[in-house]
Amino acid sequence: MRWGVIVFPGSCDDQDVYDCLKHVLGQKVEFVWHRDNLQADFDCLVLPGGFSYGDYLRAGAVARFSPIMRGVVEYASRGGLVVGICNGFQILCEAGLLPGVLTRNASLQFVCRHVYLRLEETDTPFTCAGKKGQVLKLPVKHGEGCYYADPTTLERLRQNRQILFRYVDAKGRTSAAANPNGSLDDIAGVCNEGRNVFGMMPHPEDATEKILGSDDGLKIFSSIAAAGKEREKGARVG
Amino acid sequence: MQLGLGFAVRFKIFISLKEGVLDPQGKAVERSLHSLGYQEVQGVRMGKYIEVNLDLASRQEAEARIREMCERLLANPVIEDYRFEIEDEKPSAASKNRAES
Repeated sequence: MRWGVIVFPGSCDDQDVYDCLKHVLGQKVEFVWHRDNLQADFDCLVLPGGFSYGDYLRAGAVARFSPIMRGVVEYASRGGLVVGICNGFQILCEAGLLPGVLTRNASLQFVCRHVYLRLEETDTPFTCAGKKGQVLKLPVKHGEGCYYADPTTLERLRQNRQILFRYVDAKGRTSAAANPNGSLDDIAGVCNEGRNVFGMMPHPEDATEKILGSDDGLKIFSSIAAAGKEREKGARVG
Repeated sequence: MQLGLGFAVRFKIFISLKEGVLDPQGKAVERSLHSLGYQEVQGVRMGKYIEVNLDLASRQEAEARIREMCERLLANPVIEDYRFEIEDEKPSAASKNRAES
């Protein structure tokens, strides 16, 4: 399986994603600079965290017009797997590949701590190795992670089961205290209707070995790796 | 589209959060005003103000372009509304030259 990690000016978790994929999971991975053309034969693209273009105007708003994004949109429309983490999630929302938007944390504080997430759906390439209701411990580190969508969009997300992760406490219960940023409906991660584009605010790439405090992030990357293998058995995207 | 054809203006663009969208910054400023004794304050909403200078053939064309800029980049239609005003409308150098020749 061939992974591409897209690097924008201001990305800062690109190395973490690369390291996790290459050295922890033994995957084939390469960086793709945002000005380069996107080669068609990647099996999964990751838009990493960071502060692309200094978060000017709105987080992700400027990166969304980076040259590479045309290729990313086209890749996604062909069914290619795309994952956005933190700033990557913000970029995918701004690009219209995912519904909703990430706004300033309700507390106005930058949050940097471990949170618990409940895995809500397993019939996606991003969560297929997990169990429904399973609780994962992952770090968040963001100032603009408050998910918002209008009521119609939220209803559609629920009906289509596009909410893949919610913020919960260690026992898997939602509460205001467990929600680090004020996200609507405790949403931590959503996918598109086609279930091939996924974004989340917490950082699975920073929870890949016990020594980091958790290795629950592997659940997400190993799901994608498993789904990628299944896909390879069928026809390659492209 | 032709550039520099006479309608040189500055657009003042106001971007505001839609009603119902959480505005923690506005809330914090409101609380701060209350604590300074301005008890009459009944709500603060924060927004953005952007100035864009441009020069196009007509007011109609300029407004259409500004609207497009707002919808594509300057505002996020999921959470924000925008409106704009035109400041100091005056003939640009290009149109003056044309008038003189």
